[in-house]
Amino acid sequence: MHELNLQGLTKRFGETEVLKGIDLGIRPGEFLTLVGPSGCGKSTLLRIIAGLEIPDTGRIHLDGRDVTDLRAAERDLAMVFQSYALYPHLTVAENMLTPLKLRNLGWTGRLPVLGPILSRGERAALMARVRDVAEVLKITPLLGRKPGQLSGGQRQRVALGRAMVREPAAFLMDEPLSNLDAALRVHMRAELSGLHRQLGRTFIYVTHDQAEALTMSDRMAVMMGGEILQLDTPATIYDDPNDLRVAQFVGSPAINLLPGEVDDQGRVSYCGVPLERRLSGAAQGPVSIGLRPEHLHLATPEQADALNGRVTFAENLGADTYLHVALGDGAHPVQLRVDSHIAAGLAPGAEIHVRHGRGAALIFDGAGKRLRFAETTTPAAQRPEMV
Amino acid sequence: MSDPAINAQAAPLTFRFDWIETLKHAVLIVGALIVLLPFYVMLSYSLKSQAEIEGRLPTGFFGAQQMTVDERCVARGAPDRDAIAAAATRFPGASEREIANALAREVEASCMARPVVYNYTTAFTEAPLLRYLLNGIIVTASIFLIQVLVALPCAYALAKLRFWGREAVFGLVLFCLLIPVHAIALPLYVGLSKFGLTNTYAALVVPWTISVFGIFLMRQFFMTVPDDLIDAARMDGMSEYAIVWKVMLPTAIPALMAFGIFSVVAHWNDYFWPRIVITGDRSLFTPPLGIREFRSDLDGSLYGPMMATACVIVTPLIVAFLVAQRRFIEGITLSGMK
Repeated sequence: MHELNLQGLTKRFGETEVLKGIDLGIRPGEFLTLVGPSGCGKSTLLRIIAGLEIPDTGRIHLDGRDVTDLRAAERDLAMVFQSYALYPHLTVAENMLTPLKLRNLGWTGRLPVLGPILSRGERAALMARVRDVAEVLKITPLLGRKPGQLSGGQRQRVALGRAMVREPAAFLMDEPLSNLDAALRVHMRAELSGLHRQLGRTFIYVTHDQAEALTMSDRMAVMMGGEILQLDTPATIYDDPNDLRVAQFVGSPAINLLPGEVDDQGRVSYCGVPLERRLSGAAQGPVSIGLRPEHLHLATPEQADALNGRVTFAENLGADTYLHVALGDGAHPVQLRVDSHIAAGLAPGAEIHVRHGRGAALIFDGAGKRLRFAETTTPAAQRPEMV
Repeated sequence: MSDPAINAQAAPLTFRFDWIETLKHAVLIVGALIVLLPFYVMLSYSLKSQAEIEGRLPTGFFGAQQMTVDERCVARGAPDRDAIAAAATRFPGASEREIANALAREVEASCMARPVVYNYTTAFTEAPLLRYLLNGIIVTASIFLIQVLVALPCAYALAKLRFWGREAVFGLVLFCLLIPVHAIALPLYVGLSKFGLTNTYAALVVPWTISVFGIFLMRQFFMTVPDDLIDAARMDGMSEYAIVWKVMLPTAIPALMAFGIFSVVAHWNDYFWPRIVITGDRSLFTPPLGIREFRSDLDGSLYGPMMATACVIVTPLIVAFLVAQRRFIEGITLSGMK
């Protein structure tokens, strides 16, 4: 098992500060996702871990050994690229054999003509390993083909295979699924998770797709502007974000934000609706109230905390329907998740009432920092594990 | 078919006179004639006898192909005293003069040949044309090989490695593209002669080994190779040199073909540089120098063999072009686009 430790990594390209001091401990065998919008520095961080970029400051330790100054080839890490980056002139088998040849054969074995003769036995052993991996990935029939003759999904598997044959300390993956079509992407998510369990190796996975991060990771690091905003399990990130930007980035459809107020007693209210719990030691002033679509419910006008609104659009996803609602004067659009059978009667223009679920509101101050309630009971504990 | 409606519909497809198209073709045909005419003359002269060429006899493209006597051959074979004495046994009772005349007739008979045969045999026997062709192959092949050895790593560095001053170096490459060869021929010659390299293969090859055009062309092509591929090779454990030869070279084959065509054509046909650095040693002559063989002797130029030589010299390139026509055009458009 291998442990990666990143300390104080910074990197700038010219004037742009891409990474602003990243500290990250990656546990042996975990599936860690670096997720964030494009330009947040996640790919640069991965390339620094890989050894393809040199950090301006900071150190990288692999199993306690400082690898910051080692070349990519010497770090015992394997990478899967978004574009797959297969050698176009080599067959699938040769593609998968290349890293093995470069690592496991001496220089005599790599000679152009004599090499294959001198290292017959070793090559046979390496080829056997390629076949084993191909078996696992179910690409054995493709071994003789060139990458140009493969579909996107098949190339993806070959790229994985090329990484797997080496049995590296960790797998680095740079948006490996983003070139696949939607159905295949969902399928490959499950397969990658399965592969991670089967191999028991560390996976460091970069994506801009929060759904991929939520579904596959053991832990996910949400990055923005060259910093890690929050590092935790997907469930905690979703239910208990400590920053407004994290709350907004994770979850689809996005979290609803409503303007609220804190009074001098620490009581919070939004749109005239007071919350039950009080904030501890928060300054008086405006705040943002975050409510996820599944935490808003249809209500009757009699209920005291109900807000009236008008349906502007109904997004039917089969089992659930997302209702787009303009609250009150129409200035505050929100989305709520409703069972499709209930939503069937609600056409755009319908007047409805909405209330939030108890204990579901997330409060953020003007700078986007999360404000905690006095009695800290997070709903995360009650949520089933995300799969 | 008899339906008049169908015929009426088909009519526009059959033929319609179009001035623009006609003009285009006329211009192209005239252009083609201008380009092809020298080749026509070259080929035609290589088939004709000296008399037909100099007398401008109206014997068509192929000439009359009448048996002609090779004056040089006769002059070389003219019987001397020893030959007459030796032949005395064959002509018993004949006088010395009669023997001499008989021998001269024999020589003349053996020197009779059809012009086409004479021209081409002379081209290959009087001048070591095969040797020239071999020299041409040696020189163009070594130039191209070394150019690739130099240009590929340079182009890779300029396209894919980040180092201080890269843009300046690339600027220098572009600047060197603007320098005409003839401008630096004299200093180059002086330099080579100081090293004692004139009249060697090295003099023919060395000045061309660093091709800025090659560096430029390959650099432009390498810019289009995705960075991920190179990073993947680095992760797989390849050194930078291994990346150049094992990853970049195979992906750059089309660009390399284009460059190869330019390089080989330019150096196979080059007359200027070999003419300067190869002054004495005929065994180092390249094919274009072979044409000089039959030029301006005291008894006038031998146009027949000279044109035969020219035909032999251009044939390899023309054959290569016909075989690789598509590659050729691809190559020229590729380098034109970049």
